[in-house]
Amino acid sequence: MTTLISQLINLFAAVILMLSFAMLAQRRILSLIHLFALQGLAVVGATTVVAYVTDQHHLYYSAALTLALKVFLIPWLLHRLIDRLNVRWDIETLINIPSTMLIGIVLVVFAFNLALPISQLSAAITRGTLGIALASVLLSFMMMIIRSKAVPQVIGFLAMENGLFFAATSATHGMPMVVELGIALDVLVGVFILGVFMFQIREQFDSLDIRHLENLKED
Amino acid sequence: MSALVLVFAIPLAGALVLALIGHRPQARNVNVIFSLGTLLAAALLTAQIIASGPLFALERQFFIDPLNVFLVTLTAFVGFTTSVFSRPYMRIEEDHGRMTPGRMRLYFSMYQLFSFTMLLALTTNNMGILWVAMEAATLTTVMLVSIYRTPASLEAAWKYFILCGVGIAQALFGTILLYMAAQRVIGEGANALLWTNLDAAKSQLDPAIMALAFVFLFIGYGTKVGLVPLHNWLPDAHAEGPTPISAVLSGLLLNVALYAVIRCKVLTDGALGNHFASQLMIGFGLLSVVAAAFFLSRQKDVKRMFSYSSIEHMGLMTFAFGIGGPIANFAGLLHMTVHSLVKSAIFFAVGHAAQKAGTQLMENIRGLIKVSPTVGWGLMLGTLAILGMPPFGIFASEFLILTSAMRQVPWATPLLLLGLGIAFAAIFSRVQPMVFGQTSAKPLAHSPALLPVFTHLGLGLMLGFYIPPYLDAWYRQAARIIGG
Amino acid sequence: MSLSSIFSQFLAIVAALLLAPLLMGWVNQWRAWFGNRSGAGLLQPYRMLHKLFHKESVVAESASPLFRFAPYVIFGCMLLASAIVPTLSTDLPLAPAADAIALVGLFALARIFISLAAMDIGTAFGTLGARREMLIGFLAEPALLTVLFTASLIGQSTSLSTIVETLAHKQFAIHPSLAFAGIAFTFVSFAENARVPVDNPATHLELTMIHEALILEYSGRHLALIEWAAALKLFAYSCIGLALFFPWGIAEAQAPLAMLFALPALVFKLATGGFLLALIETLSAKMRIFRVPEFLATAFLLAVIGMLTHILLGA
Repeated sequence: MTTLISQLINLFAAVILMLSFAMLAQRRILSLIHLFALQGLAVVGATTVVAYVTDQHHLYYSAALTLALKVFLIPWLLHRLIDRLNVRWDIETLINIPSTMLIGIVLVVFAFNLALPISQLSAAITRGTLGIALASVLLSFMMMIIRSKAVPQVIGFLAMENGLFFAATSATHGMPMVVELGIALDVLVGVFILGVFMFQIREQFDSLDIRHLENLKED
Repeated sequence: MSALVLVFAIPLAGALVLALIGHRPQARNVNVIFSLGTLLAAALLTAQIIASGPLFALERQFFIDPLNVFLVTLTAFVGFTTSVFSRPYMRIEEDHGRMTPGRMRLYFSMYQLFSFTMLLALTTNNMGILWVAMEAATLTTVMLVSIYRTPASLEAAWKYFILCGVGIAQALFGTILLYMAAQRVIGEGANALLWTNLDAAKSQLDPAIMALAFVFLFIGYGTKVGLVPLHNWLPDAHAEGPTPISAVLSGLLLNVALYAVIRCKVLTDGALGNHFASQLMIGFGLLSVVAAAFFLSRQKDVKRMFSYSSIEHMGLMTFAFGIGGPIANFAGLLHMTVHSLVKSAIFFAVGHAAQKAGTQLMENIRGLIKVSPTVGWGLMLGTLAILGMPPFGIFASEFLILTSAMRQVPWATPLLLLGLGIAFAAIFSRVQPMVFGQTSAKPLAHSPALLPVFTHLGLGLMLGFYIPPYLDAWYRQAARIIGG
Repeated sequence: MSLSSIFSQFLAIVAALLLAPLLMGWVNQWRAWFGNRSGAGLLQPYRMLHKLFHKESVVAESASPLFRFAPYVIFGCMLLASAIVPTLSTDLPLAPAADAIALVGLFALARIFISLAAMDIGTAFGTLGARREMLIGFLAEPALLTVLFTASLIGQSTSLSTIVETLAHKQFAIHPSLAFAGIAFTFVSFAENARVPVDNPATHLELTMIHEALILEYSGRHLALIEWAAALKLFAYSCIGLALFFPWGIAEAQAPLAMLFALPALVFKLATGGFLLALIETLSAKMRIFRVPEFLATAFLLAVIGMLTHILLGA
């Protein structure tokens, strides 16, 4: 039974990693939002399973919080945002997608190696998923670097938060509740601020292309 | 304990009140009153500490020890003087049409909220809450940096948000690892992240986890300290935001971030028992000093130049804490204090000068001494102080840092001297014509209220001669906490 | 080699030969239905094969013996491939002849012959098709190999029979790595069998066609063999996919009677698979040929991640 459950957690971990890659390869903003919501769902699934196994009630709460926030509220906000900004079109990437993927694989190997000595110390049920969590954090980080539009950068930022949340679940069975609440608040406020920001950016530049934001240079 | 609660309850209440009435003309006075209230609460708290020693509040979730007591006071003090400075400054900005009543409301409420997040970060005992407060500080300042809504300020704020957001996410990963290490020793629950508990159990924390945790925490909070190569956001945010915000960013926020790094370093040193964290800090500190000095010499914008100077000084402090030991730590803490005071004074003076000249380009600011002797002398004295001229306090701290560097990491001393030398030459050669150069501008009709500038400089000067016994004792105790 | 194993091998080959055109017909029928057409019926591929076998085979004057010879090689390769994939039972005497790696080699051999034959005549279309086919093959093979390696790592053997036996009859376990491998394998199958996102089997549009361009010069029994081989290839790929990712129902070596159950199970699984294939084909648009490398690179990447997850996660 426990092996099956730990395999289930591994499955969720694998799905999270796969969705990170899918986001990296995705060209359309709308699909990107869907993938982000799916990743949130996978994180919720993993958290619920861990909560069930370890019998930690506060993990159910944080799973519910994540469900409300990352699967429903934030994707809904993003939907409204792209509707209002009218930016459903294709995304340009700064590096072509196959090279991105190759760099992504290197990142995954790097993350696994970095986390290997530590995951040995992790709780038995979630061993090994710490590496995946770190890998998805790094992949989202890369997504923020290679995307030139504002909305995908924000989604990358949020996906990074997903990875961090999953890291907290897999390494420590979740952070203390008060910290979780603080993090959730910060993320929500951050999304609001960024949303307001995007309107301001578009007002100033008539575009959401971050490459307009390259005038401040060292000189 | 009531004073400790007041210290962050007052700015929080201020943020709420000013969110409601911030658009009215008298809001700037309300802002000053709330900042004064915070300062008084901090003074009360300090008096309590002097009377009865370190204390805890709210079930040990908040604490004051020698390492953060002077930072709390400093934050409240600079927060107050900056609110005094922004009273006339922001009114002139409003007259110039760069601010509207709506933006003023945002400005004042975010200013109070920013004070709140910094004080929360300083006083919390919980490493998780520390992270939350640091992230909240980023969010509030992002709003403040972009308040003019110009293309350049939006760019600066976006860069600031994304870079610091990414950085702070690394710090969250580090915090998670820290909790993981703590769980194995202290057990589950929020108390496992209390710094005092971690400090008590630090020798049992798993070294492998702690080493990795420190790397992530250092990258994360180091981004906010502005360490090279993660410094990109800092000059932009300083140059494009309102000048009072540049003053508090440089004077306070960077300190708070460095404070977070120091707290983490103490735990890591205890767990690892080697000099891993110290070497990391020495390396990045040194890199920041040298690189910032080179960047600094190429700047044309006065606020950008002084923000690079902030990077240089933060690098110097990181370096000092990296060396460790009673003398270098003492010097680092002193440098933190004096740099806050002097740098914010410089930004006040620069703010008036740039507002008068209508530009931040140094080649267009000339002859300040004729336009307004107080602004001119304020900028000149501030520059001399920041460059480490005796008898200002920075001379004392830099002298101590250099002597301990010579003793413990002799190879780094020439690099430090090189960085300081370049910075000296670059800043002095640019500020000198700004103050004494020829100008055709008319003198200011009335001399601007520069009380904050001269108060800060006076304190900076005093700390060069005389450190009050309580401060001295705190520095010594804090230096012992930080250790080697 | 027992009698039952010879029988099961024989049955597997017969099933492959007979079911392959039926699968093709089933997919085409569903495609027609999805497109609101009535369709040609399930048995259309048999009728076509029958017709082609009775037609005279016309060969270009410039054709070398290779051109006549190639259809037999291709058909043989595909038949052998179908024979060593565990469809009904894992007890296959031919299986030791070729493991998973050699299986990929068999597909590659067929590809080389069809490309050589296409270039043999010297027409522009044949050369164009051969180039595209080689491009796809060169990108798809590493992905396919990696998928099979992932499965081999789980089964601790490169023999397909052993792998399937492990997956189907050992204790039930969730393998996240197989989820990655499964998606990668689906991508590769679409490319290798000239299905919609990569190639459209239903058109002769010269600018986009790949498979049809290769066989443009063939007619009569040659064409029949090639079409049958194509159907066998689709069948073989479907069976590899089913055997690796949905292995339930395949009979074990010691249980010949289980084959009674294995046949309906296979037919059911193939029917579902064919339905899904038609559905995906109807829903997706054919991509530009320049996008195909990206498509296959993604497949390769997924396969590599699958293998990495297996090695690093131990699952």
